[in-house]
Order: sequence, then structure tokens, then C-alpha cells
Amino acid sequence: MATAKPPEPFLSRTWDYITDTQLWKSVFRHGVPSTNRNRVLVVMTNVFLHLHPVKIRKSGIRLKFTWCMGGLTFFLFLVETFTGLLLMFYYRPTVAYAYMDIIDLAEQVPLGIMRELHRWGAHAMVISVWLHMFRVFMTGSYKPPREFNWNVGVILLVLTLLLSFTGYLLPWDQLAIWAITVGSNMARATPVLGYEGPGSQLLVLGDVKMVHSGSDARFALLGGRFVGEGALLRFYVLHCVGIPLVAGILMAVHFWRVRKDGGISGPL
Amino acid sequence: MADEKDPSTPKPPAPGAEPAAVGAPPTRPPDTAAAHPAGTAAASTPPLPTPPMTPATGPAGVQAAPAPRSNAVSGVAAAAAAKPAPAAATSAKSADAEGVSRRGFLKWTTVGWVAFSAACTSGLVASTRFMFPNVLFEPPQSFKVGFPSEYTVGEVDTRWKDAYGVWIVRNSEGFYALIAVCTHLGCSPNWLAAENKFKCPCHGSGFYKTGVNFEGPAPRPLERARIVLSDDGQILVDKSVKFQQEKGEWTKEESSLKV
Repeated sequence: MATAKPPEPFLSRTWDYITDTQLWKSVFRHGVPSTNRNRVLVVMTNVFLHLHPVKIRKSGIRLKFTWCMGGLTFFLFLVETFTGLLLMFYYRPTVAYAYMDIIDLAEQVPLGIMRELHRWGAHAMVISVWLHMFRVFMTGSYKPPREFNWNVGVILLVLTLLLSFTGYLLPWDQLAIWAITVGSNMARATPVLGYEGPGSQLLVLGDVKMVHSGSDARFALLGGRFVGEGALLRFYVLHCVGIPLVAGILMAVHFWRVRKDGGISGPL
Repeated sequence: MADEKDPSTPKPPAPGAEPAAVGAPPTRPPDTAAAHPAGTAAASTPPLPTPPMTPATGPAGVQAAPAPRSNAVSGVAAAAAAKPAPAAATSAKSADAEGVSRRGFLKWTTVGWVAFSAACTSGLVASTRFMFPNVLFEPPQSFKVGFPSEYTVGEVDTRWKDAYGVWIVRNSEGFYALIAVCTHLGCSPNWLAAENKFKCPCHGSGFYKTGVNFEGPAPRPLERARIVLSDDGQILVDKSVKFQQEKGEWTKEESSLKV
């Protein structure tokens, strides 16, 4: 740090004093990254930079090769997290308030565009995730040693779609309620665990069916037999906490794996 | 277009002035010469005239103007056109390989950071504003509490306490509105009619019917709210205007409603 010496003696002395304090040195543990050693140290000791590859191939930063879709997806996730956090300050996930709060967010709360940002961001994220997957496939970046990361990515894709699905219900308008009704009806047909699914009739205790409309997979999802108060609260909790938490952890793994598997794969 | 012509300027030395390119400027000038046009071609910056001049210390660089034409027409893109001249060629290549000039890099870095900072700042301002809603779902500060004839002299009216947080007291002279917030730590006291006092359940502060404190930790009397008659004859209470006894404000005109 002290290497960058301002010409002014007073400034220079002040600078030296500041950079010599325990506080400063506890935050900036290494000198200016002007040597290879310092560069590596800076990257290695920073948790965020540590997730990112130390070095990137020149081809890796070419727009033509990556389309920036992975980074864009992550950026959109951050946008969704931030706007979602703000929306949570006004939105109450109850049958009595949900729709009213959505209207309130659009018409009374400053920046009625906030909810639209969240909505469009969600659409864009689904699209960018697909394009990212397409790019990875077309460049063969799923091949060893990256096949593990491909699978992490597939799980992240499913989580993205589930985030979209759970978010779909929250406005609590007719579209939302019936879309989730239709969507969750599929869970009835889950093998073994859905009461209309194959194999569920095998789970019986004498005359008593173990899997029925009040105990199957759909019930667990909705917290009821139809899309009502229970479903709204469950979807809200999954949308705001459950799925983002899992997705966040998997994203850390995903990025770290990129680094460990030798950075972004080179062009074919 | 003009940009693209310039990178090819080093080329002409090849056919005619071969020695000039190789010998006279000892490899250093051509290096800068090629680096500049290549970079500027990419970033499309204007200052083209100067860079090509500097290396052309000898005649080689300057007189070249007409020749590159043909090269440009042949459709070869900017820096790639510089192939023929050996010395210039290698340097041009290295510039092309890097793809970005110092000037271009700084320019776009600046543009990028300025844009990024602007976006962050506006985002911060916007989200701060977002936290202050235009519509509140709470009782209004100013409200009507019925006609004076509805009140009995000598009684504390507790009807409005839950909704608005005030007691309306009717005495022989008129009305006053006590704000139901304890002056100790802000709890809501209760009116105990049997004991003829306000009593705070949190720490036991007690207040007379007038609002003056007489027991417990409360340091000062309850506050009174502005109370007036509205146009339709109802009593109007406005909690946004408060009157404090210890400041001598209870004698002020709108701290009580005389009838």
C-alpha cells in the first residue's frame, strides 16, 4: 500500500498513517496487486474472488463464445433477489391481503415498476438459463471433467423453473389461482405418492388407503385439497426462502466447480 | 473508413522503401505506429492523424498514402492489411492480438464505471424512495368524534381509544382530547373509572383525569391534541398538533374546546 506515494508530504504522511492502522491492515491484507504473488494472494484470500477462476482464457471473455448467459443469469438472480426483497416489505401472503397488496404495489407504493421489474426479470432469467444451457451443450462444455457441473446446472434449471412456478401464485388473481390449480393437478398423478398415480393403490393397510387426496404429494405441495390459504403461504415461503436458499448454495458450488474444472472451457 | 486506411500505412514500405522500414527506424517506431491505428480502428477514436505521423520519422510512412488504397479495396479488414511489411507486420499483429489499445481500454473502462456507478446510485435512490409509501394503512391523524351533545359532562369517553388512540374528556367548561400514550416509555394507559385515574399497565404511572401525572415513573403529564369544531358541527381532533402542560401550552386556544 505504502508504495503508492502521493507527492504531497502531508498527504503522504496521512496515507502512511492510515495504511498502517490495524483497521486498514485487517481489511487489506496484501499490498497492491502489482506482483504475481500479491495478485494470487488477493484472489485466494477473498471469498468472492475465490469462487471465480483466478485466470480466464482470452477466449472465455469473448461474447461470441459464452454469450455471457451464465453471468447474465446470475445477474438476473441478484436483480430478482433485490427487487423481491423490496416487494416483501409490502406484500402479505394471505387470502385477504395478497391481491390488494399487489394492486397497492402497482398503484400506490412509489416506483410501481418494482413488481414489473421482478416479473420481467423472472421471465428473462428463465430464458437466459435455457440459452446458457444451450451454449454449454453446443460448445461441449458438459464433457468430462465438467459433467458434475452440468448436473448441478440441471438442478439449478429446475430450481429456476420452480421459482417461476411458485412466484406465479403470489399475485393471487384468477390467472394465478387457476394456473396453480392446473399445474399442481399433475402432482395427483405422481407414481406411488399421488393418489391418482400408478402404484398408490398398493399402499394400503387393510381397508385403509394410505395415499388419498388428503395425504398425497399434491396435498403436501398445497397444504390443502385446493389452492387456498395454505397453498399461498407455502408457495410464498418456498418462493422467498426455501428455493433461493438451495439455489444460492448450488450456485456457489456451480461457480466454484467452473474454477476447479479448469475455468471456462475453450472454443472447439 | 478513414480508420481502416491508416493501419495499412505501414504497408507501402514493402514494395518501394523496404530499407526504410527495416533499417532507419530501429524497429521501435513501427511498433508504436502499428499499435495505434490497430487500436483506434477497434475503438474508433478520432485522434488518428497523430499516431501514424510519429513513426514516420523517415519518409517511408508519409508518402505511402496512395498505395494502401488498393489494399483497402481488396477488402482486408483494418490491421490484417499490414501483413506484407515484415517489421511492421509483426508489430501490427501483436497489436491486433491484444485487440485493445491503452487509450481504448481506458476510455471504455471509464465509460463502464461511470455507467455502473450511475446505475447503482439511481438504484439506491429509487429503492430508498420505495421504502416510503404514498398510502398508509393506519388511522388518520385528524378525525371527527361526533357531536358535542353526545358527551356527558364529567366523563372520560373511551370510545375512540382503540381506533385513534385518544380519550375525549368532557368537563363543565368543554372538551379536551388526551393522547393515550404514557409519557414514561410510550405504553397505552387505561382509564380506571372506579379509581378516577389513568393507569399505565407497564410501569404503574398514574394520571388524573386532567392528564397530570401523580404516581409512578412518568415524568410529565399526558399530551393533549388539537380539538376544534368542524363545519358540520362535529368535534374534530387533530393529533398532529400536540399541547404539553409543562410548556404551558394547555392554556392555548385549540388545546381545549369551550362550549
